[in-house]
Amino acid sequence: MAQGWLQIAVFVVVLVALIKPVGIYMAGVFTNQRVLLSPVVGPIERLTYRVLRVRPDAEGQDWKAYARSVIVFSLFSWVALYLILRTQGSQPFNPQGFHSGPWDLSFNTASSFVTNTNWQFYGGETTLTYFAQMAGLTVQNFVSAAVGIAVVVALIRGIVARSGRELGNFWQDLVRILLYILLPISVIGALFLVSQGVIQNLGDTSLVHTLAGGTQFLGQGPVASQEAIKELGTNGGGFFNVNSAFPFENASGLTNFFEMLLILVIPASLTYTYGRMVGSQRQGWAIFAAMFVLFIAGVAVVYMAEQHGTVAQHAAGLHTHAFSGSTGGNMEGKDQRFGIAGSSLWTAVTTVTSCGAVNAAFESLTGLGQAVPFANLSFSEVVFGGVGTGLYSMLLYVLLAVFIGGLMVGRTPEYLGKKIQAREIKLVSLGVLVTPLAVLLSSGLASATRLGTRSIYAGINPQGFSETLYAYLSQANNNGSALAGYTGFIQPHAPGNVGAYGISFADLLGGMVMIGARFLPILFVLGVAGALAGKKVSAAGLGTMRTDNPTFVVLLIGIVILVGALTFFPALLLGPVVQSLTTRLF
Amino acid sequence: MWKDLKTGLIAIVLMTVFLGLAYPLAITGISQVVFPGKANGSLVKAGGRVVGSSLIGQEFKGRAYFHPRPSATEYSGNVTFFGNAAPNSVEAREEVREYLKAYLQLEKPFDRSLTSEDVPVDAVTQSASGVDPHISDANARIQAHRVAAVRHLPLSQVEDLISANTDGRFLGLLGEPGVNVLELNIALDKEAPVE
Repeated sequence: MAQGWLQIAVFVVVLVALIKPVGIYMAGVFTNQRVLLSPVVGPIERLTYRVLRVRPDAEGQDWKAYARSVIVFSLFSWVALYLILRTQGSQPFNPQGFHSGPWDLSFNTASSFVTNTNWQFYGGETTLTYFAQMAGLTVQNFVSAAVGIAVVVALIRGIVARSGRELGNFWQDLVRILLYILLPISVIGALFLVSQGVIQNLGDTSLVHTLAGGTQFLGQGPVASQEAIKELGTNGGGFFNVNSAFPFENASGLTNFFEMLLILVIPASLTYTYGRMVGSQRQGWAIFAAMFVLFIAGVAVVYMAEQHGTVAQHAAGLHTHAFSGSTGGNMEGKDQRFGIAGSSLWTAVTTVTSCGAVNAAFESLTGLGQAVPFANLSFSEVVFGGVGTGLYSMLLYVLLAVFIGGLMVGRTPEYLGKKIQAREIKLVSLGVLVTPLAVLLSSGLASATRLGTRSIYAGINPQGFSETLYAYLSQANNNGSALAGYTGFIQPHAPGNVGAYGISFADLLGGMVMIGARFLPILFVLGVAGALAGKKVSAAGLGTMRTDNPTFVVLLIGIVILVGALTFFPALLLGPVVQSLTTRLF
Repeated sequence: MWKDLKTGLIAIVLMTVFLGLAYPLAITGISQVVFPGKANGSLVKAGGRVVGSSLIGQEFKGRAYFHPRPSATEYSGNVTFFGNAAPNSVEAREEVREYLKAYLQLEKPFDRSLTSEDVPVDAVTQSASGVDPHISDANARIQAHRVAAVRHLPLSQVEDLISANTDGRFLGLLGEPGVNVLELNIALDKEAPVE
């Protein structure tokens, strides 16, 4: 395992080294300064404003106006994507001749990509045209990520603002985030991935005659361009059904490492950006530290659990220890080039963030290994989290911690000089609780009804319950990873997907959960930003509780675990906890 | 409100054209010029014809070839899904038992000392992609006994081919080493064709 730990350590070191430069660059973009790329991108940016007919400097938005722009833009995004999915059969770039998607599945998929969830009931390579993948999904990979970042930028401006009610201009934030951050990194990332074997073409599925005299079809398509933004924007929707396990999406140990970095670089660096924008780097590091501790704990647990092997494998007489030339461990649902370490690290990376791309089968993780994705999602994606969404969700927990900490020691709850009062705490509580509520209600409904249990693959047992709970945890937290046996789309093996149909209940419930658990918190967050923007800043005194020292980091971690555990512990007992404590087979 | 609607509509059209067409098509164009081999699937040839992709595992049966890892998808390169064997499931136990039995049955006649304890995990578990191009070094070295015997080659020569067709860690650090089964079998056919 030493080699595996070394790989994990190297990953952590490279990630931490990127945080400062990327964080500084992003802060420059968010505060509308000239940055490295301004000479190249500046003219395109100004032209874009002209086409959009916005004058960003003259049009500051208060929280309501900002929220309205977010909602309107997301609504148009949803309609555009839904229409593309429903009419793809008559669009270009369709060498396989795929038909248009059914209404219920398309509802789920459109909701999934507009909310940055990228939950996949559809199978990419067997249902979607290249046009739908590019003009539909790739576009949403970019813009849903940009929306998440824009919202956290607005929140930070609200925290920082010393007067007035303005949080900036949404359209300007959207354009700058796309042009200065997401697009340039994606271009470089995509070309690098192609250079390492990730495919990028528009050709039809190709037929080869194999060495042993058989035949094999090889899927093709514009994969790398989607792969780069899929990881960078913590989206996670695979071009292929098995996502980043498929070699054409993730070709080697190097691409695996690179893609994991793409997933974490923005969420992690935003903590630095935050410190810079609020004028105290220590505030950013405190948040980073809380996230980092929870992340490392998750990595360690999942790696050790997977190295141990599963109950079923041991019962079959298989020896899962490592020896010369074999990693040992639970290789079910994992590929050799990633091994146990590369698959375990990825599993933690993709579930602390709201990415949800997978390079191994979550359904085949060990009981304890599964508990890590469950725990990460139960923390409502605040451990780095999605791009933007992770930091704004964590800031809600920070305000909650300030409030609870203030009550415990009898001090006025204050954050960065601003009093935290009834209105903010009400909005924070709503923002923190709406996602868990959506999870428990929907997974309860899906577990208790025949309509819901139709989607289960593993049967009526702890694993089947885990599938259901995880499906709604993942969709509500806009993650998108899955215990993939759970299904909302039935595909018979017929050419052109004749006879395929969606499971309406799972498609619709999931779609509504994704939308509700994305946009309600956004409204609460912007509401908090608006409430904070107008507040006076008072100087820190002896009575002020510090939010940039280790004590606060511990308090913050405690609050995150407390809320997650109190909310989900009973449900987790029935699934992953049972399976990790027993040697029984079901 | 009206202004938002107008801006939103223009924005989504503009971004669809720019990010949904211009960006992926530009990346496609550049890739096809700069990395045509990789961009089109790293196809490999044997005897002058394309026999597959070096990144995509394919099915090998019979005793003369190295065998890839078990696949949930019959090594499909265009219809992919996970096997989804659960950690505590009876089916998963039975599946591993079957694979283990079949593996020992195939290899033990050529490697008499082989016991289930020596069988590496990757040999009897389904991969994630269904087309894992690699097997572990230990797995390959067990199969080497069979392949050497069937092809009438010295074991050391087959083991050299294994080493030559192993994809190592990047910089000796990232990923796990794996023996590329298709490339190894191509090399075998070149050195000692079976009649």
